[in-house]
Amino acid sequence: MPITHPKTHLRLRLNEQNKGTDEMIKNSILAALVAFGLGTGATNAAGTGHTEDFAFSFEGPFGKFDVHQLQRGLQVYKEVCSACHGLRQVAFRALAEPGGPQLEAEQVKAFAALFDVTDAETGETRPGRPSDKFPANTAVGAPDLSLMAKARAGFHGPMGLGINQIVQGMGGAEYIASILTGFTGEEKTQAGVTLYENHAFSSGWISMNPPLEDGAVEYRDGHPNSVEHMAEDVSAFLMWAAEPKMMARKNTGFLAVAFMVLLTSLLYLSNKKLWAGPKRKD
Amino acid sequence: MAGIPHDHYEPKTGVEKWLHERLPVVSILYDTLMIPTPKNLNWMWIWGIVLAFCLALQLATGIVLAMHYTPHTSMAFDSVEHIMRDVNGGWALRYLHANGASLFFFAVYLHIFRSLYYGSYKAPREVTWIVGMLIYLVMMATGFLGYVLPWGQMSFWGATVITGFFGAIPGIGETIQTWLLGGPAVDNATLNRFFSLHYLLPFVLAGLVIVHIWAFHTTGNNNPSGVEVRRGSKAGAEKDTLPFWPYFVVKDLFALGVVLTIFFAITYFMPNYLGHPDNYTEANPLVTPAHIVPEWYYLPFYAILRAFTSDVWAVQLVNLVTGGIVDAKFFGVIAMFASIIVMVFVPWLDTSTVRSGKYRPSFKWWFWLLAVDFVVLTWCGSQPAEGMVPVISLIGASYWFGYFLVVLPLLGVFEKPLPVPATIEEDFDAHYPPKDASASAAE
Repeated sequence: MPITHPKTHLRLRLNEQNKGTDEMIKNSILAALVAFGLGTGATNAAGTGHTEDFAFSFEGPFGKFDVHQLQRGLQVYKEVCSACHGLRQVAFRALAEPGGPQLEAEQVKAFAALFDVTDAETGETRPGRPSDKFPANTAVGAPDLSLMAKARAGFHGPMGLGINQIVQGMGGAEYIASILTGFTGEEKTQAGVTLYENHAFSSGWISMNPPLEDGAVEYRDGHPNSVEHMAEDVSAFLMWAAEPKMMARKNTGFLAVAFMVLLTSLLYLSNKKLWAGPKRKD
Repeated sequence: MAGIPHDHYEPKTGVEKWLHERLPVVSILYDTLMIPTPKNLNWMWIWGIVLAFCLALQLATGIVLAMHYTPHTSMAFDSVEHIMRDVNGGWALRYLHANGASLFFFAVYLHIFRSLYYGSYKAPREVTWIVGMLIYLVMMATGFLGYVLPWGQMSFWGATVITGFFGAIPGIGETIQTWLLGGPAVDNATLNRFFSLHYLLPFVLAGLVIVHIWAFHTTGNNNPSGVEVRRGSKAGAEKDTLPFWPYFVVKDLFALGVVLTIFFAITYFMPNYLGHPDNYTEANPLVTPAHIVPEWYYLPFYAILRAFTSDVWAVQLVNLVTGGIVDAKFFGVIAMFASIIVMVFVPWLDTSTVRSGKYRPSFKWWFWLLAVDFVVLTWCGSQPAEGMVPVISLIGASYWFGYFLVVLPLLGVFEKPLPVPATIEEDFDAHYPPKDASASAAE
């Protein structure tokens, strides 16, 4: 398998994509407009669908984001999801920050310029800059994805207690990946809206048309691009988008716990010595 | 301070005397820190220090969070994300604050149940207990107000449901609800006043905590034996007690260290476990979440609220007697508030002459059943009100009231308590025998 440096493959890919993007977005929006219709109300139902337990690299206290995977996920988001879904809480500059996709400053600049954003002061539409955030996208009423990986829990059991989240995690990224891979191919039309059968979705029928198909996104590093792989990659990316400080958080956690264990051990010994007299153990 | 005889602060240097004659602040601090404390206190007496730490943690993190938060319906949700993404260490502050609230309630429940088991509420500590209940009520209010601030779906709908309780009051309910919300529905005026009050109440809490400490420093601590410290002489008191500093300070700090190790592990490795995913979706008055649940620490009382539906005979009876004024909704609200208020009266509902549950053979069973009841009610509150949940909630709610209103008054009359140790020293020596005693026993 040919290996490309993660920081170069994306830039090459983005430059290539530059031309075709606008047309693709236009087509996708048209398709999605039909697909979503008025069906957004159903997306807030409690998760009773089946969430697959995907194995992500960032799970557990020792888990880390896979930089390559985040970059691939960013590419999937850009080429597929961004047609309908916004990412309005995430700043382009965050793409260069440690613990994320870690693009280089120049890459971020080029990437931001691919998006049209509304200038906060002038109100004019202009190409994005690193200091901007990803644009919101309300064109078809699709939910913003900035926090999606934290706004859905994948695991609820046993008995609705959510205790399995201690072992498996909240399952937000797993939920997204399950939705993306959960289509059966069945569809039905209800009150003029086309719904697609999806076993991961709470009601079993989702208004989003299957967004991925094998080979839909071509990775530069030759990474397999089946639906499963793309779903995992974009879910990992969305987990980062929802929790960009996860790596810093876990590092701080190890420091905090290690410090507390040391301090508590010293306090234990102090307490033992101090009470030896009154307890007649000296 | 009055109470157990012990050495008091004596100003020695000129500066100390000068200050002491004008403001005896050093004296108050010294006497507070050196207070004689029963030497047989067990590990259930460490939650007070954990609670004091929680209050300090919430104040410290909260004050900084407030510097970056915007209390406006169109900006609140984004300002929280701004804290999470752009403020230096903001994510840590917010996760510590959110999980700190959970630790606060976890500790307060253990603290309250410890008091219930060892009879800490009994004379002469009724005022400590009542002030403690006030602290708990203010904590509940503060926690609820704080949960509204991130302006997520659960914030909004939680606020709508909770303020709706007041709307259930017949006649004047709607007026009160409108007055609380600052309008006909949860909106910007609500968010602003909730933010203001969420900032105010912790300082009220701090004041109440000082009164709480003042009260039990006046009466002295209760202890696992429930026997009072001998106060006839300083020598007698010294056999039963050890000074708070250094013995209990170091012990409490060690316990706090254990608690914080777990707390930091949860906060840094699974910070959203105790939260609700829906609160990462911005508040939307047009979309009702499928299942509105309060934070875990309100769940037992939420279960009691929902337990009394219109098909319960007691509800129907009250409805009939009051001519329909007290309907099922209002009945539930009364039951919920009553389930907390009934605890205020426990010093007078418990008729037993023996203080500590250790020496009450029947009481123990009823007490542990209450503890299980509390856990079951917590689970009920987290579940949709369907299937077996309403029935279990009703049984749980009934036992909650039954324990305080029936079991405790009757137990004091019918129960035959076990012999109680004569002194705290005797209780302590039973655990840690004096060396000469064991030496003589070996001979």
